[in-house]
Amino acid sequence: MATQILMPALSPTMTEGTIARWLKKEGDTVSSGDVLAEIETDKATMELEAVDEGVLGKIIVNAGGEAVAVNTPIAVIVAEGEDASTAGAAPAKPAEAKQAPAEAKPQAATSSSAPAAKSLPPEPDYTGEMITQTVREALRDAIAEEMRTDERIFLMGEEVAEYEGAYKVSQGLLEEFGAKRVVDTPITEHGFAGLGVGAAMAGLRPIVEFMTFNFAMQAMDHIINSAAKTRYMSGGQMSCPIVFRGPNGAAVGVAAQHSQDYSSWYGHIPGLKVVAPYSGADAKGLLKAAIRDPNPVIVLENELLYGKTFDVPKSADFTVPIGKAKIERVGKDVTIVSYSLMVGVALQAAEKLAEEGIDAEVINLRTIRPIDVETIAASIKKTNRIVSVEEGWAFAGIGSEIAAIAMEHAFDWLDAPVTRVCGEDVPMPYARNLEALYLPSVERVTQAVKAVCYR
Amino acid sequence: MAKTAVARQGKRAGANELSPEQLKQFLKDMLLIRRFEEKAGQLYGMGLIYGFCHLYIGQEAVVVGMQAAAEPGKDSVVTSYRDHGHMLACGMDPKGVMAELTGRRTGYSRGKGGSMHMFSTEKKFYGGHGIVAAQVPIGTGLGFAHKYNNDGGVSMAYYGDGAANQGQVYESFNMASLWKLPVVYVIENNRYGMGTSVARASAGDLHKRGAAYGITNEEVDGMDVLAVYEAGQRALSHARSGKGPYILGVNTYRYRGHSMSDPAKYRSREEVSKIRSEQDPIDRIRQMILDDGIATEDEVKKIDADVKAVVTEAAEFAQQSAEPELSELYTDVLVEA
Repeated sequence: MATQILMPALSPTMTEGTIARWLKKEGDTVSSGDVLAEIETDKATMELEAVDEGVLGKIIVNAGGEAVAVNTPIAVIVAEGEDASTAGAAPAKPAEAKQAPAEAKPQAATSSSAPAAKSLPPEPDYTGEMITQTVREALRDAIAEEMRTDERIFLMGEEVAEYEGAYKVSQGLLEEFGAKRVVDTPITEHGFAGLGVGAAMAGLRPIVEFMTFNFAMQAMDHIINSAAKTRYMSGGQMSCPIVFRGPNGAAVGVAAQHSQDYSSWYGHIPGLKVVAPYSGADAKGLLKAAIRDPNPVIVLENELLYGKTFDVPKSADFTVPIGKAKIERVGKDVTIVSYSLMVGVALQAAEKLAEEGIDAEVINLRTIRPIDVETIAASIKKTNRIVSVEEGWAFAGIGSEIAAIAMEHAFDWLDAPVTRVCGEDVPMPYARNLEALYLPSVERVTQAVKAVCYR
Repeated sequence: MAKTAVARQGKRAGANELSPEQLKQFLKDMLLIRRFEEKAGQLYGMGLIYGFCHLYIGQEAVVVGMQAAAEPGKDSVVTSYRDHGHMLACGMDPKGVMAELTGRRTGYSRGKGGSMHMFSTEKKFYGGHGIVAAQVPIGTGLGFAHKYNNDGGVSMAYYGDGAANQGQVYESFNMASLWKLPVVYVIENNRYGMGTSVARASAGDLHKRGAAYGITNEEVDGMDVLAVYEAGQRALSHARSGKGPYILGVNTYRYRGHSMSDPAKYRSREEVSKIRSEQDPIDRIRQMILDDGIATEDEVKKIDADVKAVVTEAAEFAQQSAEPELSELYTDVLVEA
C-alpha cells in the first residue's frame, strides 16, 4: 500500500520547511531508519528518516522546494513491486485531533486569586486537659504520637537520632522508635530530600527534618519538582505524602545565609501546603495535621519559639486544621495579620496600642497555603483597616498576598491602604544593632497601625 | 528446556539457560519499543505530539534485558524523561502511553504529564522525571522503602551519562551504600548528554564512580540484550540478598537526536550508520534466533507484524481519544481530604 510522506514538524515551533536535498531517488529501496532527505527548519538542517520499508515511489516536492507547510505530502513510499502510479492513494492524512466540546472555563473567576482555603467547619473547641510545655516538646510529642499510630511514619535528617536534634526537637525518639524509624542522615540535603520523596511515592510517610530551612535551598528541586508536582503530573494517580519541617526565619546573630523567611517561596507553589505555627498548640496541632495529610506539607518552625512555653492540649487526638487562621486577640479598630514568631510582636503591639485607645484584632495565619481568606476578609469587614507583619522581604511577600486578598474580597470595606511591615530589603546583617533594625519591631508595627488609623 | 545459543556456544561462563520463548520475547519486547518510538516520531512529525519527545531507539536492549531479570510486581523502576521504553518494558499499556503523548484524557496521566511524566503504581513504575538525575535519589528512596517494608523488592534507577555528573547521584550512592539499600543503578551511557560526548563531559569511567563508596560495579555491552539480562540478574540478586546497591555501566547508543528538535551536528552520519549496521541490538538477537533455528524467517516476520499491529492500534487509540475536559485543569493538584 502506498503511503505519503508528509513534511514533518521537526521542532516545537516549526510551521514550514525547505527540502535541502533528497538522499534517495525514485525507485530506491528504503528501510526504516534510512535518511531520505535533509530538511531546513526554522532552527537547523534536520534529517528525515523513513519510518517504513518500501520503495521511494515518487518525489512530489523536489530538492530546493521552499516554505513547504508542515503536513504537505512530499513523497510517496510504495511496497516492493507496487506500481508507483498508484502513488497518491492512501493519504496519510493527519488525524484530526478530537476536541473536547467547548465549554465555559470553570472557576475562571478564581484563577487569579490567592489559593484560598476551602470553607472549613468551625474549629472544635478543645475542652480536654492542657499541659504547660515548650514548643520544642510540643513538636516532639506530635511526632511521637503520630509515629505510635502509623508504622509507615519515619523521621530522617541531620542529627535527628543520636544527637536528638540539632535543636533538641527529637529528644527521646531514637530510644522509643529505634534506628529504623529515626534515621540520622549524612549532610546531604538534596539527596535525602529526594530519597524521602521516593519513599513517600512508594507509600511510606516520611518526616524530613532540615536543620534549618536555609539548607533546604539545596533540596528545592525535590521539594518543588519532585514532591509538589507529582500528583498533578500523574493525573491523580500518585501522591507524595511527606512532611518537610525545621526552623525557618531569623535566629539571633547568625547573619545573612542563616536568617531567611521562606514562607512566600513555598507559599507560591501549587501542590504544597505550608504551615507556620506560633504557639505550642499550633506547633503540635499543625504538625500532627501535616503528618496525617496525604500531600506534601512544609512546616515552617522558628528557632526562637522552640524554648517558649505555652499551654498545649495534651490529647493525642488534638489537631489544628490546615487552612484555618486563629484570631489571637479580638479587636474592632484595625486588623494586624501575621504568622510564626511575628504573631508575638503583633500581640505586644496590640497591647501597646490598647493603651492609646486603639483596639487591634490580631490574626495568626497558622497556614500560609491554602490561606484563610474567609477569616482575613471577615476581619477587614469589621475593622476596615489591615496591617501585615512578617520577617520576610516585602517584595512578592506574604503581605503582598494579604493586600491582594483585601482588594479582591473586601475592597469596599477598606478605609485605608493596606500596609506591610516586613524585614528590610537587604540581606540580614550580623551586628546586633543592624539586626534589630532589619526586623519588624513592636515600634514599627504600632507606627504602621497608627498610620492606617490616621492617628 | 531447550538449550540456547548462548549456552551452546559457551560464550559466557555461567550463562543462564534461556528458553526459545524467552529469546523470542526479547526480540518482541525490543521491537515493540522500536516500532512504538518510530510511530511516536511519526506522530510528532504530524504535529500530534508536541513539546519535548525523547526517543529510545537504539537503547532497547538495556531496559528489555534489565526488566527480564527483574521480578514484576515486586521490583520498582524509575527513570529520566527518555522513558517510553521503560514504561513498555514494565508492562504498561502502549495505548495509554501513546495517548499521553498525544495529550488525551485516556493517557496514563490524563493528558497532564506528557512524554516525560507518566507513572503506574500498579506496575511499580515511578516516572518519568524531567530534571536530569532527580530520579536517582528518588530511586534510592524506593529502595529505602523496599528495605523498610522488608518486601524483598529492589529498586532500579536508570539514568544517563549526562546525569552521571550531577552531585545528587553521589549523595545517593553514599546513602545507599551506607544503609545497604536494595538499589541497582543502571547507567545508560548512550555516549552523548544532549550534544556533548562523554569524552568531553566525564572524567574517568562512569561505572567505577561508585567504587569509593564500596559499591560493586560492572561494565556491560548494552547492545547485547543477553549480556544485559545476565548482568541484571547478578546485580538484582546482589541487591536482593541484602548486600547493598550495585552499579551497571551499560554502553549503548541513541540513534535519534536528544529530542525531536535536535539536528545532531555533534556526530557524523557515518558514526550512527556504523553502529546501526554492526551493533543493532534487535538485528543481533534476530540473527541469533534465525541462525540457531529458534524460529523461522516467517515466525520472526510474524512477531514484527504482531508488534506493528499493537503499535498501530495504540496510535489510533491515541488519535481518537478526546482531549481532557477543561475542568481537568484544576483537579489533582492536591489529594482532597
